[in-house]
Order: sequence, then structure tokens, then C-alpha cells
Amino acid sequence: MSEELKGYRELPIGGLIVEPGNAVTYRTGTWRTFRPVWHEDKCIHCLFCWVYCPDAAVQVKDGKMTGFDYEHCKGCGICAHECPRDAITMEKE
Amino acid sequence: MAERMALTGNEAVAYAMMQINPDVVAAYPITPQTALMQKFADFVADGEVDTQFVLVESEHSAMSAVVGAAAAGARAMTATAANGLALMWEILYIAASTRLPIVMPVVNRALSAPINILCDHSDTMGARDSGWIQLFSENAQEAYDNTIQAVRIAEHRDVLTPVMVTLDGFIISHGLEVVEVLDKEAVQDFVGEYEPAYTLLDPEHPITFGPIDFSDYYMEHKRSQVDGIEAARRVIPEVGREFGKRFGRSYGMIEEHGTDGAEALLVALGSTAGSAKAVVDDMRERGLPVGLVKIRAFRPFPYEELREALGKAKAVAVMDRSISFGAQAGPLALEVRSALYGLSLPVRDYIYGLGGRNITLEEIEDILQEALEMAKTKEAEPLVKYVSVRE
Ligand code: SF4
Ligand code: SF4
Repeated sequence: MSEELKGYRELPIGGLIVEPGNAVTYRTGTWRTFRPVWHEDKCIHCLFCWVYCPDAAVQVKDGKMTGFDYEHCKGCGICAHECPRDAITMEKE
Repeated sequence: MAERMALTGNEAVAYAMMQINPDVVAAYPITPQTALMQKFADFVADGEVDTQFVLVESEHSAMSAVVGAAAAGARAMTATAANGLALMWEILYIAASTRLPIVMPVVNRALSAPINILCDHSDTMGARDSGWIQLFSENAQEAYDNTIQAVRIAEHRDVLTPVMVTLDGFIISHGLEVVEVLDKEAVQDFVGEYEPAYTLLDPEHPITFGPIDFSDYYMEHKRSQVDGIEAARRVIPEVGREFGKRFGRSYGMIEEHGTDGAEALLVALGSTAGSAKAVVDDMRERGLPVGLVKIRAFRPFPYEELREALGKAKAVAVMDRSISFGAQAGPLALEVRSALYGLSLPVRDYIYGLGGRNITLEEIEDILQEALEMAKTKEAEPLVKYVSVRE
């Protein structure tokens, strides 16, 4: 992500965050060493993974699990741990 | 109209605070600052200020409370001394790096151990790298004037950096002097209405103070912090000149006394500079080419001004009222030598006055006589001497 890093003159002073809701621009996906992989055939769409994910990285459409936002998923594995159907496995990046 | 009053340094600073009328003051008592806050508490009780006065359980909390208040957009102040400043340590850095324009008088006192409540500069010298601007005061009048100017300096949009105003414990804080106290309206007009650059209490523009930084941005934020305190090099004299224009007493980064044609110059901080002026005048009358350079701003340090003022002399004696343990000299002498880098000028440090040890006019004259000797021999060894220490 180095190409997006700002110079010190471009930053707000004091480490302040002056635009609200800008967490989306911070790509925590680069932290990942394991990635969650979704096995659609086993999924019952209970959305436990969506509830537990600390980074809102589980993508849901029309009440159904549809996959992961790998830009922001940091690979913590909570979703895989909580899934009642073993529909998520953690695989090394 | 300005009024001449008999005030201690503590009372003079409390008057300045009352006339500034800060939105929030949080404080915890510690000798020799206690009488300052006690006087300010009188002003609060008498309804002379609109200040929200927060009594906290420690200095760590006092600084934390003013940080919170400043982040919320308040003009916030506190005051402390010695061990109280030490207890604020963690939050001092947070105040400076969050760029909160807090003003804090510090009544200089020795740090324990052994326990000692009297004057030296160990407390604020230890905080010299915390990112705060530091203004030293020679007497109660300067402590009063500096406190008022500190508000303008701290809040200047290019600076936005907290300011410590120091006054020597007991010597200034408890000594009674004639102080010219300005009209409250004049002070209010000088400091102006506070408009915070950022505030937490603006729901239209929600912002975050104090987020986490990793290695990808921490250095950039530190570098940007440097720009703030560096801007103070320009703003401190600007505010000092404007203060002079309005009220008749001008201030800069340093003050020169008898430096014209001087061969030996003394560099000093705080109340000792006042004593040194008397010694310089006396020696000048006897035809001895000596002078004084008083440092008003220790942070940012006036490298260029000093180089210019001291560069004309042949020898420099520095008076340090604290020790930088394990260093080649005291904190002031290290900075002075750094400012003179590349010039071949003998510089000797005199460590004096620790824990309130008195410094006499005779001792200051001895130092200047030795400096005159250094000017002849060009020899600064020993680089550090301890004044009046028994062996
Ligand atoms: S927790 Fe497992 S079963 Fe439930 S929605 Fe997520 S992947 Fe599907
Ligand atoms: S691994 Fe962690 S961060 Fe990634 S989707 Fe699962 S719960 Fe969210």
C-alpha cells in the first residue's frame, strides 16, 4: 500500500482524523497471514460469521453470505471458529 | 489603566490567569505552586472568572483533564512544579503531539531524592524533549507577562503547541515584588476570543483525537510536530513585540545586557539573570568587559540568536541550575555549545543553585572573572564546575 501513503505536509496536525468514516481506506487486509475460504456447499447462511467478524469483512447480499472482503479481512479466523457448519477454513496466504 | 501592585510571583501568575479567564483549569496542589492555585481558586470563588475549575486527584489527572478540555475546544490551563510535573510526564507528550495549545505555569523546584522543595530547574529541564514550548521568567513581572503571551503563542495557528511558563520556586513564586498588572479588558483584548482549530464538540464535523499510528505514519506525524514548535521561533518574538507595543515591555527569544564590546559573556536563565545584570553593571562600571545573555525561550532553543550574541565575545560562561547526569555538561551548556558549533570559543559550564542553594553576587562575579581569564587563555578546562559544592 506504499503508493498511497501521504507525506507529512499532507496530514492533519496532531494525528487527528478529520474525515469521519475513513477506516475503509485503511487496508487491514495486508496484515493477513491466513485467509478465510468459504465453502458455499456447506453454508446454511446463518450469518454467524457476519455477526462475529470484527472488521465487517463478511459480505452479505439479500440476507445471504456471499464471500469476504479481502481488502479488509485481517485473517483473524473468528468466522471460521464460529461457523457451525465448518463452511469456512483458514488457508495460508 | 495598568495598576502597580505588590504581588508574589505566584499571585502575579494567578492574576494573569484570572484576566485570561480560561474555560477550564484543572489542578492539583504541590509546593511551591500551591499558593498560585489557591489564589486562582479565590478568583473562582469570588466569581471573577467563568472558569470550570476541576479539582483532581493527581497531576496525571490534571494534565489529562486539560488535554480532554483542550480537545473539546476549551482554552485550558493548569500549573504545577517538580514531582507534579514528573507525574504528568506521559500526558505532557500527548498534549504536545496532539497539538493542544495548553498553557501551564511551572514553578521550578528540585526533584527528589533527597526530598527538597526549593528551586532548581531539574523539573522543566527533564521535560525539555516533551514537545512543549518553554519560556523562562526572570521575575514576577515576566512570569505575569509570559503567561499572557503564552496564550497567543500556543494558540497561533502555525504553532498549536502547548507552552510552559517557568518561574523560580520561592525566589520568584514567594518573593513579593511590585508588578504592573494590566487591565482585565486589555488582557482579554490581547489574548482574544479562542477559536479552536479542531474541537470534539462539533457534531457537524466529527473528528478523532488520539488514534493509533503504526510505523507507516508515526514518523510523518512527529515530523509535522516539529514544524509547529519551529514556527514558534517566529511567533514568540512577534507576540513579544506586539506586547511591547501595547504595554511597553517587549520580549524576544533572548535578552542581551551589556553585550556590546563584551569579551566574557554569561548565559543564564530565570531569576539568576536578574542577579547577573546587577553584577554585570557593577563590573562594567569598573571597566571590565563583561555582559549577560539571558535565555527567555529554552524551547524552541534560540540557536541563531545566541550564535550572533555570543559569537562576538571571546569566552562564555554558562550557568546551569540542573544536571544532565552522564552528559558532558548541564542542559543549557550543551545547547549553548551546540549553538556555537564550529566557532572556537571557550565555553565552561557552572552548575549551581541545586535544591535552592543560594547563588550570591560575589559568586557570579567570580564566574565572570574566570570567564575573563578564559578569554585570555582560550582554555575552557575544566568544562564543568560546581559552584559552592563542598568536597
Ligand atoms: S457462519 Fe458458516 S454457515 Fe453461517 S453464514 Fe457464515 S459461512 Fe455460512
Ligand atoms: S478472518 Fe476475521 S477478519 Fe477475516 S472475515 Fe473472518 S472474522 Fe472477519
